[in-house]
Amino acid sequence: MKNLSASYVLKRLGMFFLTVWLGATIIFIVPRLAPGDPVQAMVGRMLAEGTNVENAQEMVDVYRERFGLNDSLPVQYVKYLYNMATFDSGYSLAFFPAKVDDLIRRRLPWTLGLLSIALILSFIIGNTVGALLAWRRTPRWLNALLPFTLTFTSIPAYMVGILLLFFFAFSLDWFPFAGNYDKGMTPGWNLEFIWSVIRHGFLPALAIIMVSMGRWALGMRGMMITTDGEDYMILADAKGLRSGRIFWRYGIRNAILPQVTAFAVALGALAGGSVLVEIIFTYPGVGQLLYQAILNSDFTLIQGIVFYVIVGVSLAVLILDLTYPLIDPRITYHRN
Amino acid sequence: MTATTAPASLAARMTRLRRSPWMNWKLLLGGGILLLMLLMEFYGPLIWDTEMAKVGSAPTNMAPVWVEADKKLGFKEGSPEHPLGTESNGRDMLALVLVATPRSLKVGLIAATVGIVVGIILGFASGFLGGWVDTIIRILSDSWMTIPGLAVLIVIASYVEEFNINSMALLIAIFSWPGPTRVIRSQVLSMRERGYVQMAQLSGASTPKIMFQEMMPNLLPYLAATFTATVSGAILAATGLELLGLGPTRIPTLGMTISNALRSSAILRGMWWWWGFPIIMLVVIFISLFLVTIGLDEIANPRLRGAQR
Repeated sequence: MKNLSASYVLKRLGMFFLTVWLGATIIFIVPRLAPGDPVQAMVGRMLAEGTNVENAQEMVDVYRERFGLNDSLPVQYVKYLYNMATFDSGYSLAFFPAKVDDLIRRRLPWTLGLLSIALILSFIIGNTVGALLAWRRTPRWLNALLPFTLTFTSIPAYMVGILLLFFFAFSLDWFPFAGNYDKGMTPGWNLEFIWSVIRHGFLPALAIIMVSMGRWALGMRGMMITTDGEDYMILADAKGLRSGRIFWRYGIRNAILPQVTAFAVALGALAGGSVLVEIIFTYPGVGQLLYQAILNSDFTLIQGIVFYVIVGVSLAVLILDLTYPLIDPRITYHRN
Repeated sequence: MTATTAPASLAARMTRLRRSPWMNWKLLLGGGILLLMLLMEFYGPLIWDTEMAKVGSAPTNMAPVWVEADKKLGFKEGSPEHPLGTESNGRDMLALVLVATPRSLKVGLIAATVGIVVGIILGFASGFLGGWVDTIIRILSDSWMTIPGLAVLIVIASYVEEFNINSMALLIAIFSWPGPTRVIRSQVLSMRERGYVQMAQLSGASTPKIMFQEMMPNLLPYLAATFTATVSGAILAATGLELLGLGPTRIPTLGMTISNALRSSAILRGMWWWWGFPIIMLVVIFISLFLVTIGLDEIANPRLRGAQR
């Protein structure tokens, strides 16, 4: 840990809070810049829809109080930031007695599980494919085959999701159509349940992997071409090291470093894309909850979820940044 | 000037044109397809009755002409009057695609133009002025980039009652400037140290002159590549919002069509043409943009030209 200087950690922490604050502030300010009073319009629309007439007034009061409509804008802003900082997003408008944070926490494990597995797999597969594409000793048949794995790179994940759903769930009926496990099953650590979870998660994960691996492959290809020309690669070759060892320990080990930074930068976009994938597969994660909130015009829930997404992504970036000096010892982050 | 070059025969000029790095087939193919799609707005109404993109202007649930009707799934036999079929609200798919494609492309182009202009201003300011201006712009764009844009756009879009193409594009532009800013800043930083820029500085050229006459031309391929990447990202964001039902609701767009299809469970009903044709159009857009980006990359980076191993 000696590479982790205090100033570096502090700087990264600063970036983390800055990102979260920026995100929260954009959510607050931009709707208020729009012509008309969006909060008033929203309250009006809620009343007009009249879905929950008996306590509509109560909800509106909660809402008015929450947004402090009678306060001045700076006061509203400070209150808003305080609520966000204490993770108190208040009550959901559509599922009224339920608190926003409870609703999100119930869905969070599914999203975290799906997303982290899919992203880690795509990172590993993509980088391996990219490195093989650039490496001199890759068998010819493999080199001819690999580019096909990158076909879906420039297509959004949810579209690949629709196609997968159509072919493998509708036409072939190999995979379930929706949900996270079979109906009527009780969650538990038994094989049957785990198998059901895997079957349900397979297509959504595949959609995310197919789309995001291409960017790692392309980046890795470029890095590996440079690395392959380095003197130590030639020396390793001349020493007669096994090519597997050269490939993993000499090639990938050095070429992977910028990829980790790229991973941190891309996380936000990937998280956004997987929200849509969850919706396509009606996978009951946070993204699906967000969709329900949008359909119900449940503004507190929408705002709460998006704040969680911002914090989650920034936190992941922070962790990646803090582990970076550990994988790249050359970087000591001291300004000389 | 023209008098002396005119005798240089047409053939010679053609060779020079052919040898120009801008004659890159990927760039030309991708750009050509995109232009064709953008112009659809004008030639679309000439080749097909695009009024049929409106709700209820055609029979519902019709299969494309070449698909046999499946009584079990409950859609009707296709007819030549609606070659690509119709959807459940009585819109003609061909008309829908002709109307929606240029709109989706336009949202991306406007958003990316705003993003790139902001990027040029901030990137040049950052790279040229340095110091605290650079620090602020760098930190701002770095942290802005890690904000999950789509999520934030969802919040904002859910407050706005009605969108048109322009307001949608402006909204998306909120997140399309950090990428260009970073690329331009790093290019400006490296160019500032090059001989020709220092030469111009020594010979007393003004800063705007150096910026626009010396640096801009060299920046052009990078600008264009960033532009297409930004267009791609903007269209992705726009269709994402439309998919959630947050885009323009009165005018048909590709994302909205897919959204309608999903809400009417078109996948389960086997009506693949409802979501299939909009997806095909979007995929063609994304692949064309990708081709343009690769082509521009090869122009900017001669080492990549013909580097296939």
